[in-house]
Amino acid sequence: MCDDLSGERYLVREKGVLDMAGTIAIRNGYVFDPLNEVKGERMDVFIRDGKVVKELSASEMDNAKVIDASGMTVMAGGVDSHSHVAGAKVNTGRLMRPEDHYKCYMKKTPLTHSGSGYTVPTVYLGGYEYSKMGYTTVFEAAVPPLEARHTHEEMRATPMVDMGGYLVLGNNWFLMRYMKEGDFDKAAAYVAWMMRTHKTYGIKCVNPAGVENWGWGENVSSLDQANIHFEVTPAEIIKNLTEINEHLGFPMPLHLHANNLGHPGCWETTRESLKIPSTVKAKPNVDVEWAETKMNAKRHESVYLTHCQFNAFGGTSWRDFESGVKGITDYVNSKDHIVMDSGCVPFGDATVMTGDGPAIHDLYVLTGNKWSNTDVECECGSGVLPFTYLKSNPVHSVQWAMGLEVLLYVNDPWKSIMTTDSPNGGPFTKYPLIMTWLMSLKARQDTMAECHKWANDRSGIGAEEREMSLYDLAILTRANPARTIGMAYRKGTLGVGADGDVTIYNIDPSKLDVNDYESLIRNLQNSEYTIKDGEVVARQGEIVAIPEKRTYYSDIKVPDADERHMLEDVKEWFRYYTLGFSNYPTPERYLANPTPMTVNPLR
Amino acid sequence: MVSKNIICPVCGASCDDVIVNLDLKGNTIDVQNACKMGNAKFQEIVSHHRIREPMVKENGKLRPATWDEALDRAAQILASSRRPFFFMGSETSIEAQEVGLHMGEYLGGAVDSNATICHGPTAMGIQESGRSGATAGQAKNRADMIIYWGTNPMESMPRHMSRYGVFPRGYWTKKGRFDRTVVTVDPRKTPTTVASDLHVQLNPNTDYELLSALFTIVNGKKPHPSAEEITGIPIGVMEQVVTMMKESNFVSIYVGLGVSSSYGKHRNIEIALNLVKEMNNYTKCVLGALRGHCNVAGFNQLASYLYGYPFGLDFSRGYPRYNPGEYTCVDLLRDRDIDAALVLSADLVCHIPADAAEYMAQIPTICIDIAPCPTTTVSEVVLPGVIDAMECDGTFYRLDDVPVYFQPFTESPFPYTKSNEDTMKQLFDRVKKLKEA
Ligand code: SF4
Ligand SMILES: [Zn+2]
Ligand SMILES: [Zn+2]
Repeated sequence: MCDDLSGERYLVREKGVLDMAGTIAIRNGYVFDPLNEVKGERMDVFIRDGKVVKELSASEMDNAKVIDASGMTVMAGGVDSHSHVAGAKVNTGRLMRPEDHYKCYMKKTPLTHSGSGYTVPTVYLGGYEYSKMGYTTVFEAAVPPLEARHTHEEMRATPMVDMGGYLVLGNNWFLMRYMKEGDFDKAAAYVAWMMRTHKTYGIKCVNPAGVENWGWGENVSSLDQANIHFEVTPAEIIKNLTEINEHLGFPMPLHLHANNLGHPGCWETTRESLKIPSTVKAKPNVDVEWAETKMNAKRHESVYLTHCQFNAFGGTSWRDFESGVKGITDYVNSKDHIVMDSGCVPFGDATVMTGDGPAIHDLYVLTGNKWSNTDVECECGSGVLPFTYLKSNPVHSVQWAMGLEVLLYVNDPWKSIMTTDSPNGGPFTKYPLIMTWLMSLKARQDTMAECHKWANDRSGIGAEEREMSLYDLAILTRANPARTIGMAYRKGTLGVGADGDVTIYNIDPSKLDVNDYESLIRNLQNSEYTIKDGEVVARQGEIVAIPEKRTYYSDIKVPDADERHMLEDVKEWFRYYTLGFSNYPTPERYLANPTPMTVNPLR
Repeated sequence: MVSKNIICPVCGASCDDVIVNLDLKGNTIDVQNACKMGNAKFQEIVSHHRIREPMVKENGKLRPATWDEALDRAAQILASSRRPFFFMGSETSIEAQEVGLHMGEYLGGAVDSNATICHGPTAMGIQESGRSGATAGQAKNRADMIIYWGTNPMESMPRHMSRYGVFPRGYWTKKGRFDRTVVTVDPRKTPTTVASDLHVQLNPNTDYELLSALFTIVNGKKPHPSAEEITGIPIGVMEQVVTMMKESNFVSIYVGLGVSSSYGKHRNIEIALNLVKEMNNYTKCVLGALRGHCNVAGFNQLASYLYGYPFGLDFSRGYPRYNPGEYTCVDLLRDRDIDAALVLSADLVCHIPADAAEYMAQIPTICIDIAPCPTTTVSEVVLPGVIDAMECDGTFYRLDDVPVYFQPFTESPFPYTKSNEDTMKQLFDRVKKLKEA
């Protein structure tokens, strides 16, 4: 991270000797593989030709790279299931924030490109930083359809990590019209067609019904408020989209950014939103080969709530503002159809960016900071604003506590995922801080001592003594994000058949003292080894190889006739776009190693 | 052969509905839907002006050369330069521009694009204020008030009014022009001002003052009386404009070079953007720049996501730096800060001050272009350009930053290169060979 003023992140060092590509033996590490219920046992991990295997033959061993991981922690490569890293809105953040780039930059090396940006790093820098932390898979949180080519361009240019993106559909004209008319089949056919047309992976729903109103400078304030002209309510959109999601057999649940975000009292809206799909049954149906896992690696949830913290504000105004997290986590604890990510706030510089235009406008009114907004015709919108979270600020300090509450209050870690909604709560480079606060009560207490007293008074964090284990963290940062989005067939586990993506941390679980959290942070920041597809790509904070990468998308097979009927409407309505129908799609050439996943709808 | 849905590679409108009928035997091309400007460019494909072969300079004169010779000479120039400059013109794809950025990074040079001489101040204004904007279709479907400020789209972007701004029948603007009020702010009388409902004819170079006065009125106060004299606009008219804006459902403001290139430059844009932000407390209001050149927005997007800054990038320290006025094209030339140049798809010499152009003539310059122009004349190596959107595929970013994928209706006339991207890559390969030998 660029906290030191010299700003230079990388020194050029000799590159390691190259080994036979993709074949590696990791010896004697403490392995954490939650999907296989492996809880820190000392064992070996073998990878052949980029895939995890049971063992290597003697002759394969001769050519394999051998890593002695004794005294170290071994996990599957990190998986980020919600991060804003590519596309028009992210790039608006870069373009409008030279101040974010001046102070944080990276020199080129013979192997790596140069880059800049602290909260909104450039594509190269972003890929390298993820890899240094041990992440090998990152999903972009919001892809506006009309601008999907842009998102894919940036994902293609991002090195080191496999990627995919969620298509923003919660305020789509075609869908709202079909919903109003009650034409479920056409709505489903449209969603399927859009996924293929823009090579995206799952459905993202941002402030349903509200963003369309923002086209007129308005929002919606309750789940039952019909929006202007289209006359559909947030509740109807959530219900329809979750049903369409399961009808089509998507690998992941509907990804929901709930209404009323960022307003005191919004936690209730969030809980009510989560109730809507409680009877929708998960039916993921994807043609893939599954890595061996002891646990069921398929999702059973019908909704994946994002950045719970931002949707869990309590109180009725900024004066009586308080954490409303418990109201949500109590509900989540009592139900099985919800999984959520946290949206933690690690303090310091951030750039808030979301498809929720009106929410960012509210922040502009509140702060007077520079503010960008881009509404996208017939589809969605977005807002961007620089933001700094201060320990001295009462509300910010409660938000810090809330982000941790979200993860600590949920009893079963398989219901939650650790994120900062990067860069909304803070940049993903601060994940090690979050992990440390979750694992170390002392780390939390020491930070709390520096915070405004509201952190303690307006949240329950002070009374929470839970300390998460490395096993819990392995769930929150790889196994569960992978399982949730339907990538556990190859990611988030070290089961046989999985991708050879591995993180080795220089952390000895037998000697781990979470009170010494400074060294914990250090060791989480830079992995000892990051391995992708069986190749060492990062080592102690240095990039040592640039691997191939893939882009995943859902290829949904709906009956031709359904698609034809639907397309007649779509073509007719295309006159409201400013781009012609034939120039609308995103061709595969915008993807790095396009990897379609065949998805089978119900018949 | 007739090809449909072709994208016009001329201005930032990126019209995507062009129909062409190319007759290679008869060497004619018939173009439908494009405007006059667009049509002229399509005619280039059959023009006898076209640069048909590589050229290198010998004894002060350009002479034909083989591809290999020209490319080697170009690579030599760049590889032996201590501080090369890359000008990535906007009449080509971002894919070609990307190679230029990579080469600039690799060689520790500087890289700039057309924004430096047109909407650079707009980007800088956004960096001060942020921008409330929208894709073009939002205005088409919703806007009932249009303001053209410092721009004359009738002549500079002929189809803007018909495709995006004024005439299109959108979802809530079914009557097209009749559903919209059009205001122009321009010191001159132009075809656009004549076609608008209200022409606010301010004194030249008083945009900042007028915008400040409007801002004051939006905030419920009276501007200082001197505003009237300075701008030449009665305060009553200013108030009328603000009232019209507040009473509209959706206001779309388009700014042109008249705002970003008159006195005040990026400060004009900044205050315009602040006005727009404030206006959003009353009604929906967005602002967009009418980007004159085809892919000028593309370079801004590309350079921002690859390196963090929209234009004027310097790599001399091994990482990207940005400081308009120091690392920007004209300043680099004036300060004689560079010792070689590559100009891709832009007639740079024509658009920069004489002293800067003079210096360019003194340093070895490589030019990739489709037709002879002052820039080719000063060049030591000229490589024939391939016409994007006609002879190869690629990506432009439209004026509203929507990326448009274009496909060709014919192919490159040259056996040795498929596209400008291809040319740039071949050149980069040779530069690397020389550097790493
Ligand atoms: S308006 Fe611009 S893009 Fe459209 S046809 Fe004319 S020159 Fe081409
Ligand atoms: Zn969100
Ligand atoms: Zn998000």
